[in-house]
Order: sequence, then structure tokens, then C-alpha cells
Amino acid sequence: MSRIFVAGLGAVSPAGWNVAALRAALDQGEPLPVQSLERPGWEKPLRARLVPNPTSRPEFLTHPRLRRASPITHYVVASALEAMAQWRADRDPGFRLGLVVCLQSGCVNYSCRFYEETLKDPATASPLLFPETVYAAPASHLAAVLGNISLASSLVGDPATFLQGISLSAQWLGENRVDACLVIGAEETNWILADALWHLERPAILTAGAGAICLCREPEPSIGVELAAITDAHTYSTQNRRTQAARAMREQLGAPTSCRPTSEQNKKIAGRMPALPVDAELLCDGVGNSPRTDAAELAAWRDWNGPRISPKHILGEGLMAAAAWQCVTACDAVAGGRFAAANVSLVGSNQQAMGARFARADSAISHLSPGRSPGNIRP
Amino acid sequence: MLFPTTSPPQAPPRVVITGAGIVTALGLGWKPNAEGFRAGRPAFRPVSHFDVRRQRAKNAAEVDLPASLPPTRLSAKQTARFDRAASLLLLATHEAWQQSGWEPMENLPFVLGTTAGGMSFGEAYFRQAVQTPRRHHHQSTRAVHYQPQVQARTVLEALGSNGPVTIVSNACASGSNAIGHAWELIRCGQAERALAGGYDALTELVFSGFDALQALSTTVCRPFDARRDGLALGEGAAVVALETLESARRRGAPILGELVGYGTAIDQHHLTQPQPQGDTTLTVMKQACTTAGVTPGDVDYINAHGTGTVLNDSSEALAISHWAGQRAATLPVSSTKASIGHLLGAAGAVEAVVCLMTLREQWLPPETLFETPDPACNFPIVHQPRDARVHVVLSNSFGFGGVNASLVLRRWT
Repeated sequence: MSRIFVAGLGAVSPAGWNVAALRAALDQGEPLPVQSLERPGWEKPLRARLVPNPTSRPEFLTHPRLRRASPITHYVVASALEAMAQWRADRDPGFRLGLVVCLQSGCVNYSCRFYEETLKDPATASPLLFPETVYAAPASHLAAVLGNISLASSLVGDPATFLQGISLSAQWLGENRVDACLVIGAEETNWILADALWHLERPAILTAGAGAICLCREPEPSIGVELAAITDAHTYSTQNRRTQAARAMREQLGAPTSCRPTSEQNKKIAGRMPALPVDAELLCDGVGNSPRTDAAELAAWRDWNGPRISPKHILGEGLMAAAAWQCVTACDAVAGGRFAAANVSLVGSNQQAMGARFARADSAISHLSPGRSPGNIRP
Repeated sequence: MLFPTTSPPQAPPRVVITGAGIVTALGLGWKPNAEGFRAGRPAFRPVSHFDVRRQRAKNAAEVDLPASLPPTRLSAKQTARFDRAASLLLLATHEAWQQSGWEPMENLPFVLGTTAGGMSFGEAYFRQAVQTPRRHHHQSTRAVHYQPQVQARTVLEALGSNGPVTIVSNACASGSNAIGHAWELIRCGQAERALAGGYDALTELVFSGFDALQALSTTVCRPFDARRDGLALGEGAAVVALETLESARRRGAPILGELVGYGTAIDQHHLTQPQPQGDTTLTVMKQACTTAGVTPGDVDYINAHGTGTVLNDSSEALAISHWAGQRAATLPVSSTKASIGHLLGAAGAVEAVVCLMTLREQWLPPETLFETPDPACNFPIVHQPRDARVHVVLSNSFGFGGVNASLVLRRWT
């Protein structure tokens, strides 16, 4: 089994266009401002946290493939370039990069625009819009920008799918099919998606952006963080409700038996990143303002008495992007020396519960335990 | 745990197919499809699901769904929520499941390719939100069942099973990628069995999209014909039951064929156009054959991606010619999209099942409307029904966005 290290992080969020802005917003601990999204035919606007315009026009927008690309592609490319920043200057020509882009809603802006044009008159619907509606468009554009992608895949699912993406990336690295692999979770916002979220989870506030993690096999280029564990996908069914799946995920991920903070430090905080001894272990959960899904996750982690952070309280419901931000935040907290390890809890909206642990590279190996065989494998 | 995993087996296990389900415009299930593909029967008709009067193209290969779905563990309320896409998926999965003889199980990976999932729900949601914005009836249900992972999870539950669902959406390569991904899961020891395939239903948005791109034929779909003028859309689903040879032998299961090779890579040339020389196609064909341990001389038939568009077919023809070398002159090639249209996310999976049919029944699927070969084709296009000795076949799939995939299947005797 190969060890897998984190080589870089990237983020675009309502806090801004890099990981530093994401970190600053979480450290601040105050929910970001909410904007209005006009909903056709209704006076009462929908609410969303929009990604601010970048302070200066990103250089990558001059790439010919990005002239007509939708916002989600901009977020994917920006987060990927940040995660790859230290690798891009000195990579050798034979460098093989893998790419896994994870999405839940995907390219909703152009899909809505194109379908609106189709309903008005299909004979005049724009051929420029349609190709940008496909789930695979962001990965395709990013591959063209980076130029050295040898393997790529787009995965669709609920937010826990981001960890399936990490797992796929680890598999590619383990089989030496790539030298490094980017895993990106991304979403974009429009009124119809906010409307759908309003129907499903009324208090939740939609947001958008992307989070990127670059993984590699060697410790040298890493940021000092190692992938320590990914649980199985605990899929929901009538026999395995979300609450049970979340509990199974939490049990499989386990809890550290050491490195716990003292009781005074066991403060459960909504968004703020706690300042704790570096041997503490963090829980980065997906709890936000979605009572239906939050309940299962809160129940699963009821016994957790360590520090925890809930980025959605600050950023909003970013679907797959939010899952990526959780992982980026966890890795960033370990890389910054604030924690020895960080657990990520992803209790998805309609598919599965999954968890992961990232740890300081020098300590991660001590957490490793043999994998559980799939149920259909005989011992 | 997905990570860290147990050490992979020293030698990857052989992976065989013990069940296959298929639904296309040629019919529901193996038998009518095998008869239709063997005869090269085109299954196109005027589109009836939505209004195409203002579109350039008017025809597609629509599936006639049965009056009722097969009995499963789902309640009537659950199946009432199925749209066309979910119904297609259930039909194909049910057939594959029945054929495999599997019992309900936990932790069964279900890997699916799709481009649109429950798009019809998305379209209905949009129309209602725009046309009657204060009406919210059914919108919550549509917002959930629009998502392909929900459809896949429900279909798995219909079989009394549960397990990780992976939705691969690499556009028109999705179905092949899904089967390839499941094959890799088994070979690396993460699973002993997996269900894999692809599904897509015809939808107004997608039809309009290809029509807007002027990619749809306004005559007939004739892949690799010098006079081809575009693709035709279809709908359908195919699912295969994959398992290790050891597992199949242990339970004495009939084996339909062996999946022996898989290659995938991304073409960075353009969002919708292949690299003209077919370099990435060449790469994935080589990868698939390397993992299969076969050479062009061993391959008896290629089920080409062959959409019928000018750019796709010329690029693929160059790649096949380059890859096959001298073997090209006698290597039979055809595209079954001439019969059932382009099934997008289902295409690769359906074509893999067609390949299984050729291996099992020893015939080649013709393009009966093919007339004049494109000059780039220095290989014979199968254009008349014929029996043949078929031991190894290769299937190509390429998608918008540039992901290419090839599968190699071998006859089981």
C-alpha cells in the first residue's frame, strides 16, 4: 500500500479566491454576508452567498478555452492552479497528472440558459451554451489549461462523493498510473439551484466555489500532511437510514485515543478555528443550517469531545464545493501545525456517509490499520 | 476502509461477465436486441416525447417502455417516481441481475455512467418554476430524483442490495468508463463483484443541444460513410454483472465473456471535437490491448464509437488504421449507432453488451445503410449481416470533454 501525501491546497469560496481567504473567514468565525438572488415571478428573493469578484482579473482567463466557460470552470481552474502552484514551475515534461472533478449540480448556469432558450425557440438556442452544460466540461477545460493531464474523470453524487474522488486518486497513485493527482469539488450558483435548496432545506443558504487537493506519493513535495484514512461509503437505503450510515461512518473512522485536548479546550465552536495544542485532533464536520441532514451527523458525533469546526456555518451550503472546503480546511489546519490530525465528516444529502482523516505526515502511519474487506469477499 | 486498503492481490484476478441487461430502441432484453443488431435493423422514428417541429432533426431511436416494470422490492410509490431514465436503468439492471443468479447482497459496488441522469425531472422543475412560479407541487421530489445517484441507489435497493454507488459522468465515454472502473475495483481487490453500466433517456434539452450544434443527421445515421452528415440520438441502458473468475466458478455460474482490457485518457484538443489525428484514441486502444495482452492481430472485431459526425469518424478511422497497421485491411469494424443511435452515457455500456453478443453468438453487427466508405477508412466496414469467428473484440467510446475509453472483451469457451 502506498502512502499518500497532500502536496497542495486550493480554494475559491464566498470568502475569496484562495485558501488564505477561506482560512481567514473561518478564523473570524462570523457568517459571511448574504446576498439576494432574484427569483423570476416572485417578489421575495432567494438568499445566497456569492463568490466575490476576484481583486484582479486572473491570468488564466486569457486561455482560449476559458472565453465562454461558466463560473464553475473558473472556480475549478483557480483552485487547481493554487493547489499546483509550487509544482508548476519545475515539473518535468514527463510528469503525469491525474484529475478527478466531483460535482453534485454541476454546470447549472448554462443548463438553465440553454433550456430557457430551447423552450422559447429551439431553432435559435445557442450552440455555444450547450457544450458547457455537460458535467465533464470543467475537467476538460482544466485539462486543456494544465496540459499534462494523463487521466481524468468527473464523478457526480452527493457531497460525500468528494471522498470517493480522493479514494480514486489514491488508487491511481498507488498503481503508479499518475505522479500526482488533483481532486476538486466544485459548484456554481443560480436561482434555480437556490430555489431547489429552498424546497429541500429551507434554512440553508446556497453558496458556490471550489476546493482542490493535490495528492502525491512522495513525502518530499508534500505540505506535511498525509492521508491517513477514508472510510467505506455507507450508502443510504430503507434498511440503512442516514442516521445509521452516519453512525457506521463515525465508528469506522474511529476516534483518537490520544492527543485529546484538555477539558478546558474541549470547546465546541460553530465556525471559529480554535487555537489548541498541536497534539490535538480536529473534527471538521458538515453541519450547517440543514436540519434534516445535520441531525444524523450531530448524532453520530455526539460523543466527540474534541475541537470541531463547521465551515458551512460561515460559508453556507456549497454542496460538493463545501465537501472540498471541509477537506481543504482539515489539511490546512494540520499543515499549519494547529493540529496533529483532522477528521472530516461528510454525511451526504441523499447518497452516503463517508469520513476521512488527514494527519501530520510524520504521525499518520501510526493510525493505519488493515482495511476491511468488502462484504462480498471471502476471507 | 477505502484507504488504507488491504494489499492488492499479487496478480490481478480475471474478471468475467455473468449477467448482462440491455434496453434499446430495438427492444427490451438480450434476445430482441441480438436479433436487431445481427440484422443491422435501424430503429429510428419521429420523436414523440417532446416537440421537435422547430428542430432540424426530427427522428431518434426511442424505446417502447413496457406497461409495467418487473416486480422488485420497491413499493408502488417508489416506482411511481421513476422517470424514463430510471425505468430504463431498472429494466437493464434487473435483466443482468436475473441472468447473473446473484442473491441480494451488502456492499455491492454499482458503477454507472450517465450524462443526464434524471434530466426529465430537471426539465419539469424548470418549466414549473418559470411558468407557474408560485406552484411548488412535486418540486421537492423532482429536486431529489433528478440526481443520478438517487436513481442508482433506488435501483440497487430494488434488487434487495446495497453498496457504494459511483456515478461517472465523462459524457459519451461514461458507460465504458463505468465498466472499466468496476473492472479495476475488482482487479485491485476492493470488490469481488460489481454491477456496472450506463443509462440515458432522450430529453428535450439534450436533443436540442445536439441539434443546435448541427451535429444531428437530417438524413440517416451512416457512421464512416463518405456522405455521413451527423449522428442520431437514441436512449437506453445496459448493465453487466462483473465478478472474479474464482467467484463465478465457485458458484458454477454461466459465463458470458471475459473483460480483459481497459484504457482511458483525456484528449485536450477541444471541448467537443476530437484531435484530428486520433492520438488519444490510439493511446487508449493501445492501453486496453496492453492490459489485455493482445495485439491488433488478435482482435476480430472493433465496435467503433462511430457517431456519424464528420470529425469523429475521420479521427477514429485514422486512429484505428494507425493502431491496426497491416491488420486494418482485414479487420471488421462497425458502429452499432447506425441501428440505435448515440446513447450518450449509455453508449459504451450498450456497445459492450453488443460485443458480448458477438462473442457469444459469433456474428458481426452490420451497418445496413452504409454505402460509400470514407477515404480515411482502410478497414472493412461490416455492412451486411454475417456470421464470423469472434474471439476478441474491442469497443471504443469518446466523450465531449475529451475522455476516451476502450474496452477489450474475450470469448468464454
